[in-house]
Amino acid sequence: MIGFILRRILQAIPLVIGVSLIAFALMHLAPGGPLAVYTLNPTIQAQDIERIKIILGLDQPLHIQYFRWATGMLSGHWGFSFFGGRPVLDIILERFPATLILMGSALSVAIILGLGVGILGAVKRYSIFDTLATSGALVALSFPTFWFGLMAIYLFAINLRWLPSGGMYEFGEEGNIFSLLRHLVLPTMVLALVITATWSRYTRSAFLEVMNQDFMRTARAKGEPQSARLFRHAFPNAAKPLIALLGVELPFLFSGALVTETIFGWPGMGRLFVDSLNMKEYPILMGLMMFTALFVIVGNLIADIAIAAMDPRVRLA
Amino acid sequence: MPMGETLLSVEGLRVHFPIRSAMLRRQIGAVRAVDGVDLTVARGETLALVGESGCGKTTTGKAILRLVDSTSGAIRLGGEDIARHDAKRLAPFRRRMQIIFQDPHASLNPRLSVGAILTAPYEIHDIGTPSDRPDRVAALLATVGLPGEAARRYPHEFSGGQRQRIGIARALALSPELIIGDEPVSALDVSIQAQIINLLAKLRAEFGLSFLFISHNLAVVAHIADRVAVMYLGRVVETGTREEIFFDPKHPYTQALLSAVPEPIPGGRRQRQMLTGDVPNPAKPPSGCGFHPRCPMAMDVCRKLAPETRSLSPTHSTACHLVTV
Amino acid sequence: MTNRVWQRFRTHKLALAGLVTVTILLLMAILAPILAPRDPTLIETQLRFLAPFANASLPLGTDELGRDTLSRLLHGGRVSLTVGLVAMITTVLTGALVGIAAGYLGGIADTLLMRFVDTMLCFPQVFLLLVVAAFVPPTLLSISLIIGLTSWMEVSRIVRAEILQLKEQDFIAAARALGASRRRIMFRELLPNAAAPILVAATLKVASAVLMESYISYLGYGVQPPLASWGNMLTNAQGYLDTVPWLAILPGIAITLTVMGFNFLGDGLRDALDPRLRMDP
Repeated sequence: MIGFILRRILQAIPLVIGVSLIAFALMHLAPGGPLAVYTLNPTIQAQDIERIKIILGLDQPLHIQYFRWATGMLSGHWGFSFFGGRPVLDIILERFPATLILMGSALSVAIILGLGVGILGAVKRYSIFDTLATSGALVALSFPTFWFGLMAIYLFAINLRWLPSGGMYEFGEEGNIFSLLRHLVLPTMVLALVITATWSRYTRSAFLEVMNQDFMRTARAKGEPQSARLFRHAFPNAAKPLIALLGVELPFLFSGALVTETIFGWPGMGRLFVDSLNMKEYPILMGLMMFTALFVIVGNLIADIAIAAMDPRVRLA
Repeated sequence: MPMGETLLSVEGLRVHFPIRSAMLRRQIGAVRAVDGVDLTVARGETLALVGESGCGKTTTGKAILRLVDSTSGAIRLGGEDIARHDAKRLAPFRRRMQIIFQDPHASLNPRLSVGAILTAPYEIHDIGTPSDRPDRVAALLATVGLPGEAARRYPHEFSGGQRQRIGIARALALSPELIIGDEPVSALDVSIQAQIINLLAKLRAEFGLSFLFISHNLAVVAHIADRVAVMYLGRVVETGTREEIFFDPKHPYTQALLSAVPEPIPGGRRQRQMLTGDVPNPAKPPSGCGFHPRCPMAMDVCRKLAPETRSLSPTHSTACHLVTV
Repeated sequence: MTNRVWQRFRTHKLALAGLVTVTILLLMAILAPILAPRDPTLIETQLRFLAPFANASLPLGTDELGRDTLSRLLHGGRVSLTVGLVAMITTVLTGALVGIAAGYLGGIADTLLMRFVDTMLCFPQVFLLLVVAAFVPPTLLSISLIIGLTSWMEVSRIVRAEILQLKEQDFIAAARALGASRRRIMFRELLPNAAAPILVAATLKVASAVLMESYISYLGYGVQPPLASWGNMLTNAQGYLDTVPWLAILPGIAITLTVMGFNFLGDGLRDALDPRLRMDP
């Protein structure tokens, strides 16, 4: 097992390097270079930009810049924002909890609902419930997340006035858990929609595949009741591809979070991304790209280890 | 049978597939699919290569065609060793030898029309012009007994036997000197098998082809082979003319194979010999003579020493300790 | 063989609905200039915020600048679908090329290409899309290309998986025995056999491309006004949700119907072409 974990970590290292290379390349592909934002300011002259370049080390050859940037990242120095000069990592970590809360709640809802719908659909295959669920999932996947958010705001916040239309807390109520929960409902619902749809589809396929295998038929022939068959036999086997799916869906979760946070004014990393985009805050943008990519890599690593813990055969890979 | 000069000569052919450890891809063993094979095919001659599944006969055929890279040994076509030729130097040799596959359902591209499949060889080797290629294709189809309008149709519209005919037509397109048939009739119904064998015999006479006929079925081979080579566990254990193998087999394995076949040639040797045990693992072959665990006449020396191939006559040779010249 | 496929497809009611929807949408997009009653960019502030059906000549109402919503929807659809289709072509070409090369050539090429795919997949697509879209002048072509170039990764994996299976078959060995070049084998022998999963992926990618365009146009980095796309029609709509909600409702319905149509069509194609492909990509 330890060997497997070590091997997977070794395999992840080239990924981390690759991700950093792409992020670095993107930053330097920006028109006007990383200092483009300064060129917008009429009071900053060309020689000032040159001086800033030297101070920031941007006059060095690219591979040296990359090396310094990469080693800086490893030690937690992710650069400074253009406006305000604050450490990028601090800014990102400030916003991280909000996104985590949103993603976490959406994921929990999605998994529970998705599993439920998927398993029911698999067990009662081709029933009315199943057909509705399958097509419903496909319809849900077709909604633009942000539009669904707008509609949700329209219905629940504006028309029915049950729930707030944005933000994370009421003004002055920071830390109040009830305020948080009220504000969390709509964004969670919106973000969870697409993930639930995907999950229910995958769960259904995974369970169908497991249920058709011989060992399930044996259990049935032995007279085991359906619930026992489902949870003792089917679930552990179907869980593996589903855990793998979790890892694969992480980037998607971030994408959805970005859009959801923008609609609902949720003060998380996604909103930070869009704001930074508008203000051309490249250091923050690159920091966010790296942060999310690293999160995804670590998430997949954990998922793989979890699968290996469940299935000894995988450890040989 | 008119025997001409040697067209194909295989010397010491070895094809070892490495077994690699999971972690660092180090080689920790090898599957010795082909482990020192010598054979020759003369012009106009048909050599049958027979043995059980897993003995390495298909791998030998693929190695000769360079579809699989050999680990060592020489493959001489018309005198020149092509075993290490790269794609460019190999190109002209592709025209001189072709292959017919076993499974008529997998050997034709399901998405291409028969015409496209048969035009491909001409396109690859720049033969003819786009306007005359349809005529060439029609001629090929006629040679194998299929109507010209078959060119417009797709492989799935044909029966197994017809598909095999298409495969034969494809093999003939480049006018090769040598055709390797990898179990060309094993997947066909028995009644169709005879048809295809007759077709092959007819084409052989018409075009002066040499054949390397790979098969596990001695009965099939009896009708068409001039010479027979018997393989076991990657090695040739006996080679001889048709008569020598069927009437006077020297190796215990050949004898066992023959005894299982109902009267392939009237008057042939019949002595029921049962083979015991399982086919060994080619990754861990037995010591000494590979056949000794199953040989009813195994001696002490068979366990320790692999027998050399000894010639009993200019055409008959075998590798067995029982045979001392 | 296409008959069998069609038979299977026909039994899929939703897939048929998808086909019909897609056809209607494509027709509407092509005929937009003829079908639209007014110039979509015509600003008539005295007519702003008209509700749907309030005015006979403006059946779906007007937006904040008095522009006819129906015409904007039709022309916007044209734009969104164009972006979707061009993006799909880019995605399919890139993904198929990478997938075939990685699958057939194997070895170092395969490892490098697939590691590259893995790396790209670590980034959330919307993040990647926005970053690149912010750098590039937002023409229709550049937007389509960017969307295409950030979505090809799954296609390459699907194609590679198909190629890995196919390349062991005898007809490929036959092509090699004939002396076919690697290029010929990849594109004349293997590619036609990978057509089914590519077709399915292409259909589904139009759906996702239309969605992506709507996201980035909504955020202001896609199609730029005054050119209308369904996405940017929604940009300002949030501010008017309490007063003129239909400005937000209508383009969203259009996007949803379009994406649904392509999704159902793609799903149906997948089931009809190869029941083997039942697992989602």
